[in-house]
Amino acid sequence: MSTAIPKDIDATLALLTAGDYIADRSLATTLFLALKMGRPLFLEGEAGVGKTEIAKVLSATLSRPLVRLQCYEGLDVASAVYEWNYARQMIEIRLAEASGEIDRDRLGQDIFRSEFLIKRPLLQALEVSADGAAPVLLIDELDRTDEAFEAYLLEVLSDFQITIPEIGTIAAAQPPIVIVTSNRTREIHDALKRRCLYYWVDYPDAERELAILRIKVPQCEDILSRQVVGFIQRLREHDLFKLPGIAETIDWATALTELNKIVLEPETVDNTLGALLKYQDDIQKIQGSEAAHILEEVKREMAADGH
Amino acid sequence: MNSASDTLPDEVGNRLAENIMHFARVLRAAGLPVGPGKVLDGVRAVIAAGVGSREDFYWTLFSVFVNRQDHREIFDQAFHIFWRNPRILERMLHMLMPQVQVEMDESKNEAISRRVAEALAKGEGAETPEAEAEDEIEFDAALTYSAREVLQGMDFESMSADEVAQARAIIARMRLPIMAVPTRRQAPDPHGRRVDMRASLRAALRSVDGGPLRHRAPRYRHPPLVVLCDISGSMSRYSRMFLHFVHAITNDRDRVHTFVFGTRLTNITRHLRHRDVDIALAKVSEGVEDWSGGTRIGHCLHDFNTSWSRRVLGQGAVVLMISDGLDRDAGEGIGAEIERLHKSCRRLIWLNPLLRYAGFEPKSKGIKALLPHVDDFRTVHNLASLGDLAQALSRPQPGRPNLQMTEAA
Repeated sequence: MSTAIPKDIDATLALLTAGDYIADRSLATTLFLALKMGRPLFLEGEAGVGKTEIAKVLSATLSRPLVRLQCYEGLDVASAVYEWNYARQMIEIRLAEASGEIDRDRLGQDIFRSEFLIKRPLLQALEVSADGAAPVLLIDELDRTDEAFEAYLLEVLSDFQITIPEIGTIAAAQPPIVIVTSNRTREIHDALKRRCLYYWVDYPDAERELAILRIKVPQCEDILSRQVVGFIQRLREHDLFKLPGIAETIDWATALTELNKIVLEPETVDNTLGALLKYQDDIQKIQGSEAAHILEEVKREMAADGH
Repeated sequence: MNSASDTLPDEVGNRLAENIMHFARVLRAAGLPVGPGKVLDGVRAVIAAGVGSREDFYWTLFSVFVNRQDHREIFDQAFHIFWRNPRILERMLHMLMPQVQVEMDESKNEAISRRVAEALAKGEGAETPEAEAEDEIEFDAALTYSAREVLQGMDFESMSADEVAQARAIIARMRLPIMAVPTRRQAPDPHGRRVDMRASLRAALRSVDGGPLRHRAPRYRHPPLVVLCDISGSMSRYSRMFLHFVHAITNDRDRVHTFVFGTRLTNITRHLRHRDVDIALAKVSEGVEDWSGGTRIGHCLHDFNTSWSRRVLGQGAVVLMISDGLDRDAGEGIGAEIERLHKSCRRLIWLNPLLRYAGFEPKSKGIKALLPHVDDFRTVHNLASLGDLAQALSRPQPGRPNLQMTEAA
């Protein structure tokens, strides 16, 4: 049984927390509005800050199926919306021939029925589940696809209906909850953004990052967690090509826990830096003395705070 | 819903709606794309969310009025000023904006006069930007603006109308047909290698004998183009011509991003989108502050790599770098940055006006650092060489040379 959408901002925040997602109040506000006003939510932000996760958490906490459309360059109607099952259509034609059926018009109608239709994510998202709840539609990394597909999405996202020439227009009985994410490898057109509510997912502050770490990697020692968060927060102030996101924080903490580390040592940092930084230039810049320097600052600060 | 506006008396609710409208107008004046539809959305959103706390109210309006990260700062400032005292901001905008415009118009009028005179002599009406003179201006922005104008502003307008027309005619014919690349999209093509099942089936139903199979093939498309143009002192004789050229390309095809750099990097893509080349270039010269100064190539490339490369180099962009390679920082930091740039794009083309001198040798440290990382190295110093360039670039790239471009290039 699906859960009803939350009735105010506090309830939205509680819902996300229940799904192990530690969110800012600002995100909860925007999400609540998106749910309430039936608008798609457009999430933009660096890689690894938890954009996709929001859709997954929504799907889990609201008990609605998650329909995911992963975008890529060249994504077309056949793989995003629907495709005809050609093999079955051919068999149908052969069978009709064998049985002596020659009425062209009837055959034409017969092979373009919905049972020959292969439904792809966008079409699936217009269907309600058995208990009448619309699914959560996640359109992931929209910036990877091209402008043509973006333009196609305009109709789908504003009217929640899809036109199939052979059948007609299929409209959603109940509009799905739509989450669109973008890594901003190019600007999405304003026309599409206008139909959505916008939110920029930022790197979390130290307090929130620590809370996330405690939930996601509970086996990580308290001191280690604090050091990890302190280190990464400082790292984000550096001039790097790719700053570590929350996903990297979690990866790193997991890696350190697997290595049975209780506190951060300069040597450990150097050896596991690959879990945090994914560009050789960045690693070179931080590895060694810089890492030791950051770590020292973190430890000094923690000592001052009484940890 | 326990929204406050449900319980508010009508009059108060109306005033709030009105204030949201005024706020939207302030945002519009500040350059955010906030249309009437957005205002309705804003009111609807506030009704849905209620006006519990200031923070909730902030994010409610934010999610409706902002749709791009760059606008966050403007929204933030506008919000805090407006919702403390709506009057202040409006008044400030009022005072600030016409002032700048008036200054700009006056200075433009002087520069424009030669062209206007010629145009009038021919009996053609010249297009002048509509001036919105405001009478009551107390805010004095004149000194700051005009001082900058004199020191760093660049006079694009001194080219005579004839020269402009000639250059434009030639440049307008330039297409820069950098090789089209196959996309993953398919289009019908009788000689295509893949069978188009859908079209074949539909055709078969119409014809008597089933008909031949339909085919399709990958569609071809220009890759995005990113132009990095050097506007330092040593390049000043060429920059204007190149910007005309870039303007022509920008208006010819989609997905062109243009940056200029001297001591710092400026994105001028938006300015160049303007159809009229004069207005476009005037906007560029307004927006850029480091005309004809020194060059810090390494610093600017670093800027580009960290803040822009991920946003504009997606989908296999071709980078066109226009620079003489003479660097104030003596090549410092160029090597690593140009390598990163080269690795993030499909093809890196360097256009260098110095190359036309027969005895050109890459002695400067900046040039030496750049050379190993470019795929193509060509001269541009006049319209003819620009024309050659267009032809040369239309040839498909014979595989990517692996750092083969050494001094021999």
